Amino acid sequence: MEQLQAPEDARIVDALRAGDEAAFTMLVQDWSPAMLRVARIYVPTRAIAEEVVQDTWIAVLRGIDRFEGRSSLRTWVFRILTNTSKTRGERERRTVPLSALDDPVRVPEPAVSPDRFLDADHPNFPGHWASPPASWSEQPEEKLLGAETRAVIDAAIARLPPAQRAVISLRDVQGWDSEDVCNVLGVSETNQRVLLHRARAKVRQALEEYLDAGTDQ
Amino acid sequence: MSTATLSCQELVELVTDYLEDALPPEERARFEDHLERCRGCTNYVEQIRITIALTGRMRADELDSATCDAIVETFRDWSRTG
Repeated sequence: MEQLQAPEDARIVDALRAGDEAAFTMLVQDWSPAMLRVARIYVPTRAIAEEVVQDTWIAVLRGIDRFEGRSSLRTWVFRILTNTSKTRGERERRTVPLSALDDPVRVPEPAVSPDRFLDADHPNFPGHWASPPASWSEQPEEKLLGAETRAVIDAAIARLPPAQRAVISLRDVQGWDSEDVCNVLGVSETNQRVLLHRARAKVRQALEEYLDAGTDQ
Repeated sequence: MSTATLSCQELVELVTDYLEDALPPEERARFEDHLERCRGCTNYVEQIRITIALTGRMRADELDSATCDAIVETFRDWSRTG
């Protein structure tokens, strides 16, 4: 089955089998942040997510000889992670918000509060901005890139429901493409976009509240 | 005019599909047509783009160093015992 593996994956697997600790450490450091976010979809606390990630790496080492390269190594590792997280989540008696991943469209959630728009029965401009967003191009760069702005984004991401938090972390923080996110989370392209849409909308809103408050003289 | 054009409230819900290039061509044309005429929506899309760029600068939430050490320790045992 060796020939099925991507060259990069085969190289990593060989390094692990050869006991290359540096290669293993790099892999752990590279993938664990994303693994923590995905685990948090299923388990209630950060501390348990850390344990799940640790258990996953142990399972990866135990099972590496069974890795055949049918999927990428990363997809394979994240599948173990997801299974480990689900099992642990059940043990923690946490109701897994499955609908959040499988059917996010079921519960509508506007990207922007309806009171920012004119009513649907407005004679001239139904659904038009009542209070339009300002341009941020005038915002000083030091402010946009400053520590306070980072704290605002951090807090906004922390407040997101776990599935939205996982998707925005993988896509926008880690820079994964949508196909990889769909594979790892087992969601459709459409549902992945819905989760990303809602997550970005909330982070934008948090930024708007912070930046607008600063522009009032 | 009203049936063929998007309202601002409709447009904001399509922004992610637009940026992900997931809109059908005629919907994409309506979207861009609206943007050309609407300062508020142009600003909104700009805000979303800036939000994405700023989120991309965030540091990923790293594993606790003790956990990382424990995992590497497991690896040592694993390679020793084969």
